[in-house]
Amino acid sequence: MSRSFLAKNPSVLTFLLVLAIFTLTVTILSDAYGLAFVSTSFIKTLGKTLCLCLVALAMDLIWGYAGILSLGHMAFFALGGYGLGMWLMYARTEEIVVAALAQDVIPATAEEIRQGIATQIFGVVGASEFPAIWVFAHSFWLQIALVVLVPGGLAAVFGWLAFRSRVTGVYLSILTQAMTLALALYLFQNDSGLRGNNGLSGLQNLPGLDGVSQDRLSVWFLWGSALALGLGYVLLAWVVSGKFGSVIRAIRDDEQRVRFLGYSVEGYKLFVFTLTAVIAAIAGALYYPQAGIINPAELAPIASIYLAVWVAIGGRGRLYGAVIGAAFVSIVSSWFTGGRVPDVPLGFYTISWVDWWSVVLGLCFVLVTLFAPKGIGGLFDLVAGVRTPDRKGAALGPDDGALMEREAQE
Amino acid sequence: MRALILALLLAFSAMPVLAQTAAEIVAANAAQIEKPSRQTIGPVIEQLAASGDPQAATILEAWGDKRLGLRKADGVFFLIEKTGDGWALTALDGTAAGTAAKADVTELKPNAGVRGLIATALVQFTLSDPDRAKREAALGSIAKDPKAEALAPLAASIGAEDDPVLKAQKERLLGLLAIRFGADTATRVAAIEGFGRDLGLDLRAALNPLVATTRIAFANDLPEGANLARELRAGRELTEEEAYDLLVAGGLAPARLTVADARKALVANLKDGAVGGVALAALDSQAERDRAYNALEAAGTVPPAATDAEVTEAVARHRFAETYAEPDPAVTAAAEAALAKIGTKVGAMQGADLLLDALSLASIYFLAAIGLAITFGVMRVINMAHGEFIMMGAYTGYVVQQWITNYTLSIIVALPLAFAVTFAAGVAMERLVIRHLYKRPLETLLATFGISIAMQQLAKNIFGTQARPLTAPGWLDGALVFNDVVSISYIRIAIFVMAMLFLTFFLWLMKRTRLGLEVRAVTQNPSMAASMGIDPDRINMLTFGIGSGIAGIAGVAIGLFAKVTSELGSDYIVQSFMTVVVGGVGNIWGTLAGAVLIGTLQKGIEWFNPSNTLAAQTYMILFIILFIQFRPRGIIALKGRAAGD
Repeated sequence: MSRSFLAKNPSVLTFLLVLAIFTLTVTILSDAYGLAFVSTSFIKTLGKTLCLCLVALAMDLIWGYAGILSLGHMAFFALGGYGLGMWLMYARTEEIVVAALAQDVIPATAEEIRQGIATQIFGVVGASEFPAIWVFAHSFWLQIALVVLVPGGLAAVFGWLAFRSRVTGVYLSILTQAMTLALALYLFQNDSGLRGNNGLSGLQNLPGLDGVSQDRLSVWFLWGSALALGLGYVLLAWVVSGKFGSVIRAIRDDEQRVRFLGYSVEGYKLFVFTLTAVIAAIAGALYYPQAGIINPAELAPIASIYLAVWVAIGGRGRLYGAVIGAAFVSIVSSWFTGGRVPDVPLGFYTISWVDWWSVVLGLCFVLVTLFAPKGIGGLFDLVAGVRTPDRKGAALGPDDGALMEREAQE
Repeated sequence: MRALILALLLAFSAMPVLAQTAAEIVAANAAQIEKPSRQTIGPVIEQLAASGDPQAATILEAWGDKRLGLRKADGVFFLIEKTGDGWALTALDGTAAGTAAKADVTELKPNAGVRGLIATALVQFTLSDPDRAKREAALGSIAKDPKAEALAPLAASIGAEDDPVLKAQKERLLGLLAIRFGADTATRVAAIEGFGRDLGLDLRAALNPLVATTRIAFANDLPEGANLARELRAGRELTEEEAYDLLVAGGLAPARLTVADARKALVANLKDGAVGGVALAALDSQAERDRAYNALEAAGTVPPAATDAEVTEAVARHRFAETYAEPDPAVTAAAEAALAKIGTKVGAMQGADLLLDALSLASIYFLAAIGLAITFGVMRVINMAHGEFIMMGAYTGYVVQQWITNYTLSIIVALPLAFAVTFAAGVAMERLVIRHLYKRPLETLLATFGISIAMQQLAKNIFGTQARPLTAPGWLDGALVFNDVVSISYIRIAIFVMAMLFLTFFLWLMKRTRLGLEVRAVTQNPSMAASMGIDPDRINMLTFGIGSGIAGIAGVAIGLFAKVTSELGSDYIVQSFMTVVVGGVGNIWGTLAGAVLIGTLQKGIEWFNPSNTLAAQTYMILFIILFIQFRPRGIIALKGRAAGD
């Protein structure tokens, strides 16, 4: 195996190149650093899309490569957002409270400042004390550590429990969905310590950067998201290209055989599950400062299903497929639901895309699943001339991989 | 109870002899009646009420309704009634007395307080009014606002009461009043004990104020007349802080200095950038602020505040106790004993009520999941659009009610129609989509999810986002009430019955019909079934259609108590899947067990924290995730070849 990493993964160079060109183009067209051709809100949309591409990459690893359809990765994504959001909200409120208390005659004590922040943040849910989970919120680095550790820890514990008892296939999907639902319901409570259904808001204002306008911040976040996506792509390409990648693909195709070959299937699955959860959390931590607000509705089970759909439309089992799917669907969705697409008058009824887009999207899932299981990524195969074997005729045995009649004759 | 009522009757039924007529009493107290005050008018009203004159009620009623007037010329009272341009007068003994011009009569307008007294006095008349409805209303008003004065008239009215229902109500109310307003300890204790283990809310409402306690602090001996519930020791039953707050509230110690007060004092004494010798800039810590305040205190510029040591010392010098507001110890003891007895019974009844609630929630989950038990449990198809079939059934019911306004008839039509509509939708979906994905279960999940969001949005486009009503027939309104604790609404009983019907139908279909046999054959081994002459495609199509159809009927049932919206189905989808998975895939008894487990669990957890159903759902799901760890194949696991993999 002397071939270099890049030679084995020709897509990496192309991908990084496209990403770099994209970032550069957007920067040049931006309000802050160039021709002012693209609005700040659209740059934010693009930055958010890059984060969604990153979480789609994670989803592709766990589903496309390891064959585990997790319907809980958007929960990890949101947890990451909450993690960073707590620090953003704390630090931002601290600035405001300190400025307000400085008006007083007597300088404020540390306790008074803390109390003031707590009242500011939790007044909306009728509390004035910091819940225990905010204990690290004052420190950027500790909170960043939590962004990784909390979703990672949750994924590790959940995965360990689930894989240990050999929950697989659709059962695992339903179980992860239940976990997401439980988490969302928990966060919806006012006494969950994260402001109930109000969520955390005002995250777009970075503490200490009052002088920097939003149009410059949005470009910075675009760069950060692009960097994270690039690094994530390289990391995952490296993970799936070696022996490790072969094992997890083998697990996807026949778990039982891999176990009989002596591999610790549960260990591999747990590692992939936790790793992807951490990547999802990092993507979330980058996403929500651009969105500005996070609330428990972001954890709803449907979000995770959408994630699976992006990957399916983009093409499972190839990293660039996931990125294309996430970018394509989310941008087209925001285009159609943004009300900028002209309505279609039919005479007796006018199709308003805001209302009908979901219907079209839903039917698209069905069509893609039925007729293009490889998704958009399959188009690259067409261009490259890669064909799947054209297996016609009835199967000779009951298993999926059984010889077909015609193959047996040849 | 009987003996007690007899005793009360004897005590109060000695009616006063007719001393004066009502008119004479009014004339004797003319000045008071003209300008009544709430404090002093009481005896007059009493006298009127007790006069025994049948006119007294009429006079009181007229007075309360501002229909009593005073002729200015001679100061005589009349019952007045408005005529065209003046008043029609009736003398107080009931004879007509001509008319008077508007200006000649002063209308008496007693204020609200006096009217209240009059109404209370009138109660004794209405209690023996010949009109049953009026007697009932009078009882209701006494029960709502119990007063000591009502005791005597109520007792007096029982003997003549001929309606057995009202008599029982009166006796019960008399007992309740006697608990609170009985003349002596023995009467009250007897009244309390007379109720035994009665479950009525009204009894508990009467008993609870008797055992309500307040906390007090005192120096040496218990204050005179206090009815001690228990003594509290600082540091054990109550914290030092609470104890000191009691002392402050009782005026036995100075208030402690709050952070805000200290701040105010410091700001007020700010001089030349320093307070009490501490520089202003250094005041950003509590220790420095305390130092500054102590300096001010030493200089005498601020009042002394209790220090921690003083607080401890003051708490040690005093005793603390909980006392009853009710001064009579025998009564409180009897009330405590009665409440304890009732408490155990109420606990048992609440348990029963919880069980009923759990059962009805379980039947809702079972209804929602039974269609899934067929499509997922038997055919192993993950149908994420199952919830939308439920929604479709509910909307079918709504549409039917737009055409047929008789609710009973519309439900009878809606049930088969909902089945037909969702059956057709299910068959179409199976033929067009699911058939091509039998070997790719995870992709079935995605495709059906796509259908699910498309259908949700379609429903939104057609019916709008607001909730649509699906009204239950009138005979399903109300609840079956066993007592004040245990009750269940008829609609929930109907849903329970429906769930049982479905269970029977499912068992009959799978175990007793040709179709059921073929379904089981096809799910176990399609190719073998095919070689026996069964058409697997047709069977799959029919099975899926039936599963979807049942979901549609469940939708009508669910729509009866939940609002019909396009999100109706998605509220149930995760719970439905969990019901099937927890119960054990492929076994209807398992689904039933799963629904019972989930329903009981959710109600049980809600019982610990009734205000928070979100938390209950959260913990229920967590429990299920853990449960799957120990029984990955559900409560009732298929064994052998049928289990497949």
